[in-house]
Amino acid sequence: MQDLGISVLFKGINMQRLLLGLWAALRISLISVLISIPLGILTGIVMTLRNPVTKVLTRVYLEIVRIMPQMVLLFIVFFGVTRVFGINLPAELSSIIVFSFWGTAEMGDLVRGALISIPKHQYESAAALAMSKAQIYLYIIIPQTLRRLVPLSINLITRMIKTTSLVMMIGVVEVLKVAQQIIEANRKTSPNAAFGIFAVVFLLYFTACWPISLLSRYLEKKWS
Amino acid sequence: MKRRFLKKLLTLGTALTFTVSVMAGCGSGDASVEASADTGSESAGETSNGGGFRTLDEIKESGTINIGVFSDKSPFGYVDENGEYQGYDVYFANRIGEDLGVAVNYVSTEAASRIEYLQTGKVDIILANFTVTDERKEEVDFALPYMNVALGVVSHDDNVLTSLDDVGTDDQIIVISGTTAETYLTKNYPDIKLQKFDAYAEAKTAFENGTGIAWANDNTEVIAFSLENEGYTVGIPSLGSADTIAPAVTKGNTTLLDWLNSEIESLGEEQFFHTDYEATLLDTYGADYEDTLVVEGGKTE
Repeated sequence: MQDLGISVLFKGINMQRLLLGLWAALRISLISVLISIPLGILTGIVMTLRNPVTKVLTRVYLEIVRIMPQMVLLFIVFFGVTRVFGINLPAELSSIIVFSFWGTAEMGDLVRGALISIPKHQYESAAALAMSKAQIYLYIIIPQTLRRLVPLSINLITRMIKTTSLVMMIGVVEVLKVAQQIIEANRKTSPNAAFGIFAVVFLLYFTACWPISLLSRYLEKKWS
Repeated sequence: MKRRFLKKLLTLGTALTFTVSVMAGCGSGDASVEASADTGSESAGETSNGGGFRTLDEIKESGTINIGVFSDKSPFGYVDENGEYQGYDVYFANRIGEDLGVAVNYVSTEAASRIEYLQTGKVDIILANFTVTDERKEEVDFALPYMNVALGVVSHDDNVLTSLDDVGTDDQIIVISGTTAETYLTKNYPDIKLQKFDAYAEAKTAFENGTGIAWANDNTEVIAFSLENEGYTVGIPSLGSADTIAPAVTKGNTTLLDWLNSEIESLGEEQFFHTDYEATLLDTYGADYEDTLVVEGGKTE
C-alpha cells in the first residue's frame, strides 16, 4: 500500500520508457544548446555594436524572446507554420528551432553583458604593451569573458533542459509525459505512484544537470 | 571612450560583418519565414484553408493513419506498461486501422491542442474523449457519436438524492467551479445552494466530510468516484443536456467523415462498442452503466 509506487517502474518496460523520455528531453535541449552557444556569442558581439540598426534588431529579437512564453513560440512554430505555409515540421524539429531561437537570444545577452563588463583599462593596458588588436582579444579579453560566462551559461543550459517539459504540448513524449502516462495507467492499482515516480523523475533531471554543474565548477577553477 | 572599444571591435573586420549577416539569417528566423510567404504560397495553394488534410484515398495509399489520442487519460486513452496505447478510444482506433487496412500511428495529444492538430492536418482523426459542442462544430467536423456524457449527482448512501426537485432549502450541492455542472445548475436550478470549489481534491474532501448533501460533476467522474469509494451512491446518473463523444476530422474532409460514419453504423450491428466497453471501461464503471454510457451505431436515445 505505502510502497510509493516505485514498484510500478519495474512493470513491463516502464523504466526503459522513462529513460527514453529523458533521452528525448536531453536530445532536444543539448542540440539546441550546441546551436545556441556559437550563435549566441555572435549575437552578443553584434549587441555591443553601436550601429543603430543592429541595436534595434537585436533589441527587438531579445524582447520578443523575453516576452513570449516558450509555449506560445512552440505553438507558433509547430502549428502556425503548417497553417500559414503548409510546411509540416516534425514536433521534435519544431522544439529544437524554438529552443535555439530562445537560447541564442539569452546567450547573446549574457555575452553582451560579459563583454561590456571587461574594464576599459584592460584594453588600454594591453595596447600600452604594444599588443596587436588580435592579441588583445585572444590573450586578454576573451579569456576573461569566458570565465564570466561559464556560470551564467550553465544556468541557461540547465534551464533549457528543464523547460523541455513543455514540448509534450506538441506531442513529443519526453520524460515528464512518460511519468504522467505511467501514473495515470496505474491510478487504480497504486494510487500513491505519483510521489515515487516524480521522485525518480527528479533524480533523472538531477543526474542530467549535475555533470553540467560539475563541468562548470571545473572550468571556473581551471580558468581562474 | 566606450566608442573606441567598440570601434576596435569593429576592426575585427570581416569576421564581424560575417556575423551580422549570419545574425540577419538566423536571429530573425521567424520573421524571415513570415516574409517568405510568397515563395510558400504557390506550394501552399492546395492547403490554403490552413494546413489541409488527407483524403481517404491518400490515407489508404500512404498505409498509415495518424490518430490523435490521449496518452494519460485512463481508461479512455493511456499507455500501458509495455508502451502500448490502450483504452476505450484506442480500442476503436485499432479497429479503424484494421478496417481501413492501414497501420495506426498514435499521436499523443493534450486537451488544449486537439483542434489545432486537426486544423493543421497533423492528425487525420481525433479520438480523444472529444465532446461534441456547438463551438467545436465550427472548427472541426464530428462523425457519429460513440459515447454519452452527461452530468451525474452522487450522494451519501444514507441520504440518496434521486431528483434535484427533492433538494431542501438548506441543503447544499457541491460543484467544481468552471465545470458544466456549475453552469447547468446555476441556469436551471437557481434556487439550489451551491458550494463551489476550485480543485477536484477540495471538492472531494468537502463532500466526504459531509458539508454538502450531494456532488454534481461529469457522470463518468461521479460514477468512478462511487465505485472507488465505499458508502456513496450515484442517485442521478444522467442529468441535463446529454452530450456525446465522437471522432472528429478536419473540417471539409468529407471522404474520411463519410467512411467513419458508415463504419460506426456497421459496427453497431455487431455491438462493437459494447465489446469495447467490456474490454476497457468495465473495470472502472461496472456493468450497470454500460447502456448509459455506450452509444451504438451512432444512435442516441
